[in-house]
Amino acid sequence: MSIKETKEFRKQVVEDVLDIYPEKAKKNRTKHIAVKDDDNCAGCAVKSNAKTVPGVMTARGCAYAGAKGVVWGPVKDIVHISHGPVGCGFYSWGNRRNLADGEIGVDNFVPFLFTSDFQESDIIYGGDKKLETIIREVVDLFPNAKGVSVLSECPVGLIGDDIESVARRMSKEFEIPVIPVRCEGFRGISQSLGHHIANDAIRDHLLGTGPGREVGPYDIGIIGDYNIGGDAWVSKKLLEECGLNVVNIWTGDSTMEMLQNGHLVKLNLIHCTRSMNYIVKHMEETYGTPWLEFNFFGPTKIKESLLKIAAEFDNTIMEKTLKVIEKYEGQMAKVIESYKTRLAGKTVMLYIGGLRPRHMVGSYEDLGMEVIGTGYEFGHKEDYEVTIPDLKDGTLIYDDVTAYELEEFVKKMKPDLVGSGIKEKYVFEKMGLPFRQMHSWDYSGPYQGYEGFPIFAKDMDMAINSPTWKIIKAPWTK
Amino acid sequence: MINMKATTKATTAWLNSEEYKEKNFAREKLVINPAKACQPLGALLCALGIENCLPFTHGSQGCTAYFRSTLSRHFREPVAAVSDSMTEDSAVFGGQTNLIEGVRNAYALYKPDVIAVFTSCMAEVMGDDINAYIGLAKHEGAIPEDLPVALGNTPSFKGSHITGYDTMLKAFLVALATERQAEKINDRLYVVPGFDTYPGNLREYKRVLKIMKAPFTLLPDNSDVVDAPNLGTYELYPGGTPLTEVKDALNAKSFLFLQSYTTMTASKYVDSKEVPTETIPMPIGIKGMDQFIQSVAKFTGLDVPDEITQERGRAVDAMTDAHQYIHGKRFSLFGDPDLLMGLVSFLLEMGGLPVHIVCTNSTTPFKKAMEALLASSSYGQEATLYPNKDLWHLRSLLVTEPVDMLIGDSHGKWAARDANIPLVRIGFPITDRVNLHRSPIVGYTGVINLITMIANTFLDDVDRNSPEATFEMMR
Repeated sequence: MSIKETKEFRKQVVEDVLDIYPEKAKKNRTKHIAVKDDDNCAGCAVKSNAKTVPGVMTARGCAYAGAKGVVWGPVKDIVHISHGPVGCGFYSWGNRRNLADGEIGVDNFVPFLFTSDFQESDIIYGGDKKLETIIREVVDLFPNAKGVSVLSECPVGLIGDDIESVARRMSKEFEIPVIPVRCEGFRGISQSLGHHIANDAIRDHLLGTGPGREVGPYDIGIIGDYNIGGDAWVSKKLLEECGLNVVNIWTGDSTMEMLQNGHLVKLNLIHCTRSMNYIVKHMEETYGTPWLEFNFFGPTKIKESLLKIAAEFDNTIMEKTLKVIEKYEGQMAKVIESYKTRLAGKTVMLYIGGLRPRHMVGSYEDLGMEVIGTGYEFGHKEDYEVTIPDLKDGTLIYDDVTAYELEEFVKKMKPDLVGSGIKEKYVFEKMGLPFRQMHSWDYSGPYQGYEGFPIFAKDMDMAINSPTWKIIKAPWTK
Repeated sequence: MINMKATTKATTAWLNSEEYKEKNFAREKLVINPAKACQPLGALLCALGIENCLPFTHGSQGCTAYFRSTLSRHFREPVAAVSDSMTEDSAVFGGQTNLIEGVRNAYALYKPDVIAVFTSCMAEVMGDDINAYIGLAKHEGAIPEDLPVALGNTPSFKGSHITGYDTMLKAFLVALATERQAEKINDRLYVVPGFDTYPGNLREYKRVLKIMKAPFTLLPDNSDVVDAPNLGTYELYPGGTPLTEVKDALNAKSFLFLQSYTTMTASKYVDSKEVPTETIPMPIGIKGMDQFIQSVAKFTGLDVPDEITQERGRAVDAMTDAHQYIHGKRFSLFGDPDLLMGLVSFLLEMGGLPVHIVCTNSTTPFKKAMEALLASSSYGQEATLYPNKDLWHLRSLLVTEPVDMLIGDSHGKWAARDANIPLVRIGFPITDRVNLHRSPIVGYTGVINLITMIANTFLDDVDRNSPEATFEMMR
């Protein structure tokens, strides 16, 4: 197929797939899907960050998931209370791979679920008194906890509890930060507002309240890396090899002090702009701390990012950075060479959150693979604006894609690999299609940096070329 | 209030102390690492067991995303469910528009034969009149007038996943089952598995019922849904109890409930319709399965087939072969009430010593039943039931009153690690091992599987930890 034919075909696919919807839903969904067309890019833009159509199978979560699951949960020396009924906390317990180093129960509370386990009486009489008791019990049982965060679930906001005043009172009494986070699940339209609310809570309760520190010439922070499978550790190591000094990570393996001192660096590097652009902009405006977006997925983007970062510092850093790039580029070329015959030319469709629908594209392209479809679960306009120029002509772009749409797009476009989340994984595997979870790295990783890329390449090869796909059909079936 | 921070700095040694245990058990409101999920998850699991049924959460979409991912991680299977994505404006104006648009779109996309509507917190706190909304949806033509819709009220702030299962099961019967009529009574035994996350268990029940020549309906039956074959195509509705059999449920010859605490209201409802009803403990262990066999034999009026007696004999043979690896060993267990009753009963049969039994979603009837079970055996005398406690309590118990093995779901891995004992994974969710849900833990087959897991885990530990001098070929 020529590129023109491909684009026509894909546009037709979209039309056919959306045909099943009732009129109102169809009108809505049409705006969220586009085929990138370099000849006429007026039509490339997709609508985003809008309410999900009710009744479709969305992959989206809620504000609580964004605030607790993403931003606050990985902060290891703070006790995070899932305030409300037991479910939300239970489902977000231990299933996001934000690794943290520390003594569990002493200075690392990441593997815990702390919940106020609301009962009907709490709904009727309010939960503020219970919250106060709970905070007292937390301080008593975990005296090393540096602070307490209170992450509200739906009922808390609906019954009009005043968690802010409880937090203020407890904070004063125990002389530790007690941070109310109003991330009830009904707020906003996806995880995204939860990220924003969580950022604001850091801004209002922690940032700038720390012990302070002298800022060295090479001190930097990594913002928006949640250390999935050890990604942040790999990035830190790489940056330090270039002569920089990573003093903060937000929030993978991070401490409360890192959040308090986030502005006390020469430069903040932001990984997941979607979830933490708010706070880097605030630090720039308020403290003059500059920030820079980077992408450590795949050697091409790593090199580009390292050079961009080094350019912000003196020659010493640039020289070291060039040496680091030289050192690893050869190794990476060998990795690419070794998988070339097995992966080059293979096609991928992605559907992920945060930054990955664009950040991962380069690492596939480094392997000679082609991303033919991508989309964000909870992206905003600015995410698509920076994504679309990076995509090849004819790429299918889908925002908040429904399970039905993604299944149909995949059936018709027949990629060699689908990369998405746990809710999608087994649907495609049942279709006999190679799949990798691209939120959790399918319990592998890290995928970032020069250390992660060979693991990424190995995993993609393993998924696509697993012999298990070839035995799905029984020899006697027609 | 003394600020502990000023006087005691926490250390792992302190966390492991008697003093800490006392403090830990003195807490009144804070819950740490509970072994329970919330009601709508159970409702969803129940709904997956009805053929061509679409589970539909009336509430925030985040809840549904959580249920789906939690169930998918355990079963390693797709879990189809939708929500009507209620947001802040629904909090102000009610969830009517969302529900109507939601069922309209869901029906257009997924063409279910029945929709299982269950609620999450938001709709319940607001007090939505959901029945009226469903009526309106039909009136407006969003869904066909004759499309059955079962409604379960399942707020997360009441009960747990097991009561949500119960509520949804009753809702199916209320919405779908026609009234019992003497002339329409069918010949079938309706077998209700209860909240069971082992499709292997459900298949085992069906296998045995077939051997017993009992006409039966397993209600609900999600075994083909959460353990679907890979045939190269994805099926949205790969199985479940046929709708006609759900409709005919109250005309059952009789009902057999295989769990007590996950079916309390559903069994009461069936009983109130004058259907002969029996509830027996989850058939784990020889005695549990014997009771199941006897109940089914009573139903069929036939002798127990020799094949079953042979099976039982093989299981008992496995028990005597392996008794030395389990007898006198000390166990801690946590999980759902019915599962705990079964597992404790099995351990007592093997001469194992249950020591700590933690049940976060305990009830008074369960407490009484468990205490009676423990009192019935000399091997139950060391055991203490900790009702409504959590896994942080359990951790204190494990480090101060050591045992040889922990039995529970994957959440127990931290406590087991801290206590330096093996965890045998039984329960829900199991997210860090493969295939365990495919093998039954019920029935005589389950007895053999349990022995295999428990005894071999001990033996693996012995081999891995023994010095060369005592590293032996035979164990």
